[in-house]
Amino acid sequence: MEHGSVSDLSSSTFSLMDEDHTLANSVRFTLNQDPRVSFCGYSIPHPSDNKVNIRVQTTGDPASDVLKDGLQSLTVMCQHVRSTFNKSVDDFKATKPHESMKIDTP
Amino acid sequence: MPSKVSALDMPDVPMGQLPEHLQMQRTRVVCKADAPIYTEGIQYSGAYASMGIDTSMGINNFCKNFKVEVVRLTKDEIEFDMIGIDASLANAFRRILIAEVPTIAIEKVFVVNNTSVIADEVLSHRLGLIPLDADPRLFEYLSENDIPNERNTIVYKLDVSCKKGSPRVTVKSDQLKWLPNGSELLMSSHENSAKAKNFTSFSCSQESLPEFSRKPLGVKYDDIILAKLGPGQAIELEAHAVKGIGKVHAKWSPVATTWYRMLPEVVLLKEVKGTDAEKLVKKCPVNVFDIEDLGNGDKKAVVSKPRACTLCRECIRGVNEELVELRRVKDHFIFTIESTGGYPPEELFVEAVKVLEEKCDRVISELS
Repeated sequence: MEHGSVSDLSSSTFSLMDEDHTLANSVRFTLNQDPRVSFCGYSIPHPSDNKVNIRVQTTGDPASDVLKDGLQSLTVMCQHVRSTFNKSVDDFKATKPHESMKIDTP
Repeated sequence: MPSKVSALDMPDVPMGQLPEHLQMQRTRVVCKADAPIYTEGIQYSGAYASMGIDTSMGINNFCKNFKVEVVRLTKDEIEFDMIGIDASLANAFRRILIAEVPTIAIEKVFVVNNTSVIADEVLSHRLGLIPLDADPRLFEYLSENDIPNERNTIVYKLDVSCKKGSPRVTVKSDQLKWLPNGSELLMSSHENSAKAKNFTSFSCSQESLPEFSRKPLGVKYDDIILAKLGPGQAIELEAHAVKGIGKVHAKWSPVATTWYRMLPEVVLLKEVKGTDAEKLVKKCPVNVFDIEDLGNGDKKAVVSKPRACTLCRECIRGVNEELVELRRVKDHFIFTIESTGGYPPEELFVEAVKVLEEKCDRVISELS
């Protein structure tokens, strides 16, 4: 759910249900890396609500577009982390045959 | 009159990059004897905009600099270095590993008979915590109104007793028997009718499914003590395991624990020689320092194993603070995952990253 002004789309608060620090903190990081963002922060209004508010203020672009881009870049980062990790594990298993044999024995 | 020159334009200030002391503040935590400093992460890309420096990483830069190095990989543990990633993401992975990667655990226990000293609810709780040797990716969640079937439930039976006059019996987890055909208990309301119904409705035996036929869906460790029976005592029960996540109950957490620490960096600010060097080497309980012979009978302290540093700060107590500096690299994480058995440890991390991707996708689809 987005809370913001109708006339000024550049700043909005997004209320995400069933999310917590895990997503909010990561998105805050990617948004803060975006040069179009002038401010980004998040809060959990009450610890017993499963809800997080993300505030995005931009230099002009619509906040929802910038948030979407932030999430997309987070996805891309995750995919890169995954492929890099898989490659490193495969390399490790290939170079350390003794250890990898131990993995299979119960 | 000379025109005013900004301090930032002085010839000794590197152009296009941060001055050394700011770079230090941004990339290192410095651990002083009393407290660490520069602990905050500076994420905002415009933080140094007034100096004309953009610290934003950008996807391409991230992909170029991000590195993973596996240090140790065993059957149920992995240690790896994750380099070039922000703490917010490393922490997200850790949080997901603990609370949001699904596993299978016993959720419902139907106690037929329990004359042992351990109460039904305590025994049920113990059963819930047993790690099961089932790949959660092959199962579906059992929602509230779902009927338990071969795709979302695993059924185990425990039927043990101790004969009168015999010594006490220890009940271990290997006595939980997998029932691939589902529940054997009949619902009481149907007991006398011709169409007797049990608590699950499996359309086929789980053994006939190709993914489970190779390996029985047993328990991961067969020496977990569940209860002790005295002479004449018995336990008979059926346990139904379902898929869930650690957020709901810790029994569904796929890890014993998972943690990361930032890479320690130990720097000798001055050359430490002679007896001072020997004193310094002796001070460190984990042998971070070593002695190097300079040839002419002189000795010099060197940092040989910075990774072992536990940050006890013994080496910088009192007089040594100007000799040694303890730092941590902010974007280098030594990540350890201890699996409880549902997944191999190297697959756990991949699953965690996938969960974060799914979270992003969910919000993106809600926004558009």
